[in-house]
Amino acid sequence: MAEALRKKPSGANGLDLVRRDLPELERLIHEKTRLGIVSALAASSPLTFGELKDILGVSDGNLSVHSRKLEVAGYLACVKSFEGRIPRTEFSLTPEGKKALAKYLDHMEALVRAMRGRA
Amino acid sequence: MSTANTAASRPPTPTPIHEHALGQIDFIRTTMERAGSFTAVPGLGGMAMGATAIGAAFLAHNRSAAQGWITTWVAEMVLALAIGLAFMIRKARRDRLPLSSGASRKFMASFPPALLAGAALTWPLYHAGLLDVLASVWLLLYGVAVIAGGVFSARIVPAMGVAFMLLGLGPLVAPQVPRDVYLCAGFGLLHIGFGWRIYRRYGG
Repeated sequence: MAEALRKKPSGANGLDLVRRDLPELERLIHEKTRLGIVSALAASSPLTFGELKDILGVSDGNLSVHSRKLEVAGYLACVKSFEGRIPRTEFSLTPEGKKALAKYLDHMEALVRAMRGRA
Repeated sequence: MSTANTAASRPPTPTPIHEHALGQIDFIRTTMERAGSFTAVPGLGGMAMGATAIGAAFLAHNRSAAQGWITTWVAEMVLALAIGLAFMIRKARRDRLPLSSGASRKFMASFPPALLAGAALTWPLYHAGLLDVLASVWLLLYGVAVIAGGVFSARIVPAMGVAFMLLGLGPLVAPQVPRDVYLCAGFGLLHIGFGWRIYRRYGG
């Protein structure tokens, strides 16, 4: 789809194509905290709950809620274990999560290109 | 008064869609850079540096003259630096992380100063015949460099720096143990041990 946006067909405006595709935009990772989780894990996977919290600067509750949504969608794999008596939660990005981020990035880049093409 | 009311009731100016998209792309990049700091240090490179250091320790220990000893270790340090740099570049290319990223720049700025201090102290300590102190200075300052660089890396990296510093106290508190044992344990075994852990945990 992103390839289609790049190869603007004759007679069609690139922005129109982007607008047509907008309903398909990966809304799940559009939200800032979820986008942060996916981006951080794309750069370094796995990350513990504490490491992700440090990187994103969010609260425990916020990270729990958003990571759960990504996990349910199949974008995140979560492994829970114990280090001695301390619980440890480790997240990693699934192939579906990687694809979703790549698709989202393609959308954003296509939007920028289309708007610049208009200017 | 009426002007103020008009201004207050005016809806906020919407952000143009391409500016929003640029903001999202920028957010993804900065988040990845922050998280990317965890992969700045190459585990395999650390293991390779450790292997060459063990070889250097054996060579240096069998050199009777101080000149031969220091030549061996200085050559090893130059080799280790080249190995570390090569593996770091390789890892950054593999993970498509630019070495000019924020995390990399901070790492590059904080790691070398202590190493340069060690290099500056090498010549006077060698000339004064204080080879045990020199071994201690190398381990201590390398530990400082690793801790400083490790602030922007995974938690295991500053932990490695602390281990180097603790080992660096060895030649000062127990000089009866040959200095090459400390150097072998530090630049050899610590590099291999921590390198293996970094490789297993963070890859590369």
